[in-house]
Amino acid sequence: MCLGIPGEVVELLSDQPDLATVEVSGVRRSINVGLLENEVVSPGDWVLIHVGFALSKIDEEEARAALEFLEGIGQAYDEELRALQESGIDGP
Amino acid sequence: MSPEGTDALAKDTHIHGEAGAHGEQRAGAEHLSREQQVLERIDKARRRKAKVKDERITLAHGSGGKATHTLIEAVFLEAFRNPLLEALEDQATPVVDGVRLAFTTDSFVVSPLVFPGGDIGDLAVNGTVNDLVMSGAHPLYLSAGFILEEGFPVADLERIVGSMSEAAASAGVAIVTGDTKVVEKGKADGCYINTAGVGVIRHDLQLGASRARPGDAVIVSGPIGEHGVTIMLARGELDIEADVSSDTAPMHDLVARLLDATTKVHALRDATRGGVATVLNEVATASNTAVVLEEEAVPVRPEVTGACEILGIDPLYVACEGRLVAVVEGTVADRALQALRSHPLGAGAAIIGRVKDDPPGLVLLKTTFGGTRIVDVLVGDPLPRIC
Amino acid sequence: MRFVDEFRDAEKAQALAAQITALCEPGRQYKLMEVCGGHTHTIYKHGIDDYLPESITLVHGPGCPVCVIPMGRVDDAISIAEQPDVILTTFGDMMRVPGGQGSFFDSKAKGADIRMVYSPLDALKVARRNPDKRVVFMAIGFETTAPSTAMTVLRAASEGIENFSIFCNHVTIIPAIKAILDSPDLRLDGFIGPGHVSTVIGCRPYDFISAQHAKPLVCAGFEPLDILQSVYMIMGQLAAGRAEVENQYSRVVPWEGNPKALGVISEVMELRPYFEWRGLGFISHSALKVRDSYAAFDAERIFEVPGVRVTDPKACQCGEVLKGVIKPWECKVFGTACTPETPIGTCMVSSEGACAAYYNFGRFSRDRVKEAIRT
Repeated sequence: MCLGIPGEVVELLSDQPDLATVEVSGVRRSINVGLLENEVVSPGDWVLIHVGFALSKIDEEEARAALEFLEGIGQAYDEELRALQESGIDGP
Repeated sequence: MSPEGTDALAKDTHIHGEAGAHGEQRAGAEHLSREQQVLERIDKARRRKAKVKDERITLAHGSGGKATHTLIEAVFLEAFRNPLLEALEDQATPVVDGVRLAFTTDSFVVSPLVFPGGDIGDLAVNGTVNDLVMSGAHPLYLSAGFILEEGFPVADLERIVGSMSEAAASAGVAIVTGDTKVVEKGKADGCYINTAGVGVIRHDLQLGASRARPGDAVIVSGPIGEHGVTIMLARGELDIEADVSSDTAPMHDLVARLLDATTKVHALRDATRGGVATVLNEVATASNTAVVLEEEAVPVRPEVTGACEILGIDPLYVACEGRLVAVVEGTVADRALQALRSHPLGAGAAIIGRVKDDPPGLVLLKTTFGGTRIVDVLVGDPLPRIC
Repeated sequence: MRFVDEFRDAEKAQALAAQITALCEPGRQYKLMEVCGGHTHTIYKHGIDDYLPESITLVHGPGCPVCVIPMGRVDDAISIAEQPDVILTTFGDMMRVPGGQGSFFDSKAKGADIRMVYSPLDALKVARRNPDKRVVFMAIGFETTAPSTAMTVLRAASEGIENFSIFCNHVTIIPAIKAILDSPDLRLDGFIGPGHVSTVIGCRPYDFISAQHAKPLVCAGFEPLDILQSVYMIMGQLAAGRAEVENQYSRVVPWEGNPKALGVISEVMELRPYFEWRGLGFISHSALKVRDSYAAFDAERIFEVPGVRVTDPKACQCGEVLKGVIKPWECKVFGTACTPETPIGTCMVSSEGACAAYYNFGRFSRDRVKEAIRT
């Protein structure tokens, strides 16, 4: 229901503590980071942007874990395919 | 606005007959599934005669999408109907004393008047030149009509006219007649320009959206969506910054290269309002074919992708002002591609899809993810969305 | 990592699809609801259906904030926009939504000053730049968007901006899901949970779905692999006879949500006793209004709002579509009287509305589409 996209924090605006410049594929916009409690945002962090606000900080470790899980499924699938092919070749 | 664009909504009962027969054939002796029946009914509804249901003109009527087509079909075409107009191409191509002419007009109401990569003056010349050259014409003469708002700075007008003059020189056309009107303050947004153009077609090629055939290749001449995104950002309301500039350019040389390389070109369109998606829908409808695109093959610059992601819009629907879509016979696809790439304006050209016979009238997209979807015509401009 | 392309890999999708198919019980049909309109959009945009076995049907839920706004509220907003010296600001999504008396676009064509904004903060900017006008922000959205609106009101208050107010139409997702689960004609096997709402409310509020209704829910991200993985996780639960709340989108959604955002909402807004949802009727405690302490920023108190009630058109079956009882194409007027060009129901208006999404991206025989793509 809500368009949220990941953007990378590239600059914190010193004169306005709630604002950060965020970049998405070379496109920049200043984003309000006032909704991120207790979380220090610094350049290089990724945040989820919705209607000009950062709603949450993106956890890179969690993202990697998810991708590794998908990788694992992919490998299992490849092995299964291979097994299937081999069984086809060796079968009667 | 020029009555450009094609839409077979009004005409083809004949097409539906075929689609229906096809559906039945697929379903064999069994009855069509309920979903299939509904889809056939929709197909029929889509081909009904166009009717403007709105009481007033809204911005959607000028966006190049469905609402524009409906207005053109139901109001303009209804009133002006003649064989030249009926083709609904970007230009009319009358034969006068044995000479094939191309004739077109376009109005320019862009805001802001100046933007990265150009201004309303460049657009007004390039837009009309491009509408001429898409018929394969050699552009010759332009007219320029100005509607100026009381209070508009003369210096700004001089800048715009300067750009027009430069653009005309580089397109090899002369601005030979014109008109000026001034309206009261508040009755116009600074400066509106209308240009009309005449060119001559010096070969026997017949180009047109209806000429696309199954087996044809679909080529774009470069990365898409740059003009539209530039304008959206240049308005400043979105507070988004990106290193993008308009692609506005005259494409007469580019088209000449292509037509020199091959005569097996079936259709050329500049992908202005409504973007590549709208052009290809016009091709699919007018030629009663299916256009199948590969998402991965569609060239889009990262900044355009980024801006579109932030705004929730699809680059396929965003306007270009210096990009063409060419539909060429499949056998010459590579030759056509090389010809386009040999010109600086076509350096980023790519084959983005093929024309098929079924399902007729639709543009389909094979997504990068490996799925499929329909690329339909938008009702109006793509709007930034939050959800 | 850009957190986008990594989750659009076709090879990984194939592997996941094979696993999903393996989890299907032969002969059993599965209906999974994606609650969120953003998911509906992703599903069509990437063609995710193509990866799912025929025994799994995705049902599009009520999570499109534009779709559930009743027509009367649109008319109310237009009546505010048409009062003297008013600038109404709104997200682009709302512009085409029909009220009983036309849309914002129609009202603009008649002379009202209605402007599109990207962020509520941009609406505040309009107010700053136009001190002689009364600037109203048409606030819509679920808990994802409400904190941004609330923050903007707090900002207006701290800056002492007096010509800014909001017309609050924020809704809450849990009562809507409850309403759907309570409807007798429904048969769903599990839920793809709304990822971005969950960044704010967290995963706990969904507990009742597993505890009381014994259905699995997986909070899902918005890239196509996220959705496939969520389907896989739901199918895994069903195969194992489990019904739990799980979080596929842990890179963005903290289990506890965003307490700061929730705090900001409750500082500025409180629950309404009831609110009308298009297609679903009145649902109690399902929407937010501005608290008394911020009455100065509440358009409903500043302006004479007629409080129009418009009954949904009889032919329109948006309610059944939203509840997942029927598929968009099963509606009597789908694609004939009701199209994106002339929408009758709101499901056809927003590009995320289940009907518009199906009409724009999905409508056509899958077999013929696949045939065209393959050859």
